[in-house]
Amino acid sequence: MKYAFYPGCVARGAAPELFQSTMEICKILGIELDYEPMRTASCTGSGILQEKNLRLADTLNARNLALAEKSGLPLMTICSTCQGVMSQANERLKADPEYLASINADLAEEGLEYRGTAELKHLLWALVEDVGLEKLKSLVVSPLTGFKAAPFYGCYLVRPTSALEFEAHPEREDSLEKVIEALGATVVDFPGKTACCGFPILTINEKNSMKMVANHTIDAKDRGADAMVTPCPLCHLNLDGFQPQAAKAAARPIDMPILHLPQMLGLALGIAPKALRLNNHIMSTKKMLSEVALSP
Amino acid sequence: MDVTLSVKRFNPDSDRPEVFYQDYQFEMSDSATVLDGLIKIREEIDGTLALRCSCRSAICGSCAMRVNGQAMLACNTKIKDVISKEDGKVVVEPAGNMEVIKDLVVDFQPFWDKVRAVDPWLKPEGPEPGPDHEYVADNDDMLDLAGPMACIMCGACVSDCTVLEVDDSFLGPAALAKAYRFVGDPRDGASQSRLGDLNEPGGIWDCTRCMMCVEVCPKGVDPMGRIMALRDQAMEAGYDKTYGARHATVFTEMVEHSGRVDELRLPLKTKGMFNIPEMIKLVPVGIRAQLRGKMPPIIHKKNPGQENVRRLFKKVEKD
Repeated sequence: MKYAFYPGCVARGAAPELFQSTMEICKILGIELDYEPMRTASCTGSGILQEKNLRLADTLNARNLALAEKSGLPLMTICSTCQGVMSQANERLKADPEYLASINADLAEEGLEYRGTAELKHLLWALVEDVGLEKLKSLVVSPLTGFKAAPFYGCYLVRPTSALEFEAHPEREDSLEKVIEALGATVVDFPGKTACCGFPILTINEKNSMKMVANHTIDAKDRGADAMVTPCPLCHLNLDGFQPQAAKAAARPIDMPILHLPQMLGLALGIAPKALRLNNHIMSTKKMLSEVALSP
Repeated sequence: MDVTLSVKRFNPDSDRPEVFYQDYQFEMSDSATVLDGLIKIREEIDGTLALRCSCRSAICGSCAMRVNGQAMLACNTKIKDVISKEDGKVVVEPAGNMEVIKDLVVDFQPFWDKVRAVDPWLKPEGPEPGPDHEYVADNDDMLDLAGPMACIMCGACVSDCTVLEVDDSFLGPAALAKAYRFVGDPRDGASQSRLGDLNEPGGIWDCTRCMMCVEVCPKGVDPMGRIMALRDQAMEAGYDKTYGARHATVFTEMVEHSGRVDELRLPLKTKGMFNIPEMIKLVPVGIRAQLRGKMPPIIHKKNPGQENVRRLFKKVEKD
């Protein structure tokens, strides 16, 4: 399994542990990540550039998609936001041939053209659709028995369902729960799993953003979760990085470890916690690791 | 088909008011809607069940409620599409983010207050057209407004809005979509002051872009898309000093400069380097990140081939 790899900004910035743990698990899963096709790719705009100039954002994403298409490989993301924003752009471009043609005219100077055939896959989807849950189960060497994980998807990986092609891929809807179970862990279901983490308004309305972090982490904790697991590094930044502020605002301790999806996978695949950089979190993972009989 | 509607109930006037779920089991045809089921309960099984409904055709907007945890019109939702394969259950709850009056009936007063707060009427400018004439609007402009005009005020978007869940001062998706409808109307003369009002706290910048409203709207109004368009219009109209506007501007500059976000400088530049109280607040965040090896690189390199991205910026922004 080979993919054109699009790591996104955060895995190369404030969440290096996501990048590192992705590399580690891909070795074991037999996933080959090719950096070359997306080397010159730009940011997707993250929904923010879309506010300023939708056409500009669509043009940059058409360029990204053209780069992936040219390589003949499916494009792999490890960020709910990157995935969702590119999926939405892809939907708009494919729905309107005239629009796509006018954008392609702008891309022509670089010798690029997007024909609308790129396949986009978040790592989470690739686990279920390409690796397969049965193979994943067979690769588990340390089943996470007794480990209670609360899934947290990130808005862009669950809405809008049309752009994410849920109708053609109904398994995407509860893919995170399926992966948690395949690793031997127990799913802690809670209504906030598809809600907003509050990250997009962190610098705009910190009070509301902190309430969202507190609500979700406290809800997961009260339902007995040992940790929350997310395929979105932006959710991780807020739920982990700003949990101390959220706990202060909520006037109660929370101490909820937040794992990146590949970190949880790595633990089950027998990778040492340190190699997954589980010590690089703001919220300590020590207690959680001792409970799954591992140490950082 | 055998169905169990599990209905969330609450009656404040009972001797011991409490919230509980009551299961009603009965037979329904395959074409039955959730509303058909609820009406059957009220008329044949339990006359104490309170709900709002009228047209049964997704026009009046009375029967928005949560079905299996998500807001939808009960009249527009077939039981067979939402019934659990395991236990034949459908969970029916009142709309969220609004106070429950009884069972499935919620208090819409705050909803109407917020719609009213955006002055949802035309404020035309210039002299009135003569008695034999009317205000003329361009077809394309009105076509764009057809989306928000399709709103039936059912409150599904308000029910599931993730911001309203934590902050009831937010105007919310329905009122903001309504505001867009008037800001975008070529006959309206008050766009500038409307955008100024919407730029205030509780307005356009408090949306998190979670897309919940887009997903649950039964009429394709796309409230979030309208909020994003209002942000663009507000910035164009000169309302560019809020943290939200600064964040969008700085973010865009960074993508143009290096092709990706400089996570270290984005919050600093959004808040303003000379904004001392905000800078002080960021210090513990920075220290924690540094200690845990999570500090983004101080030297921010641009992507290879960035000249192509810059060219696209120039080209598209010029057009």
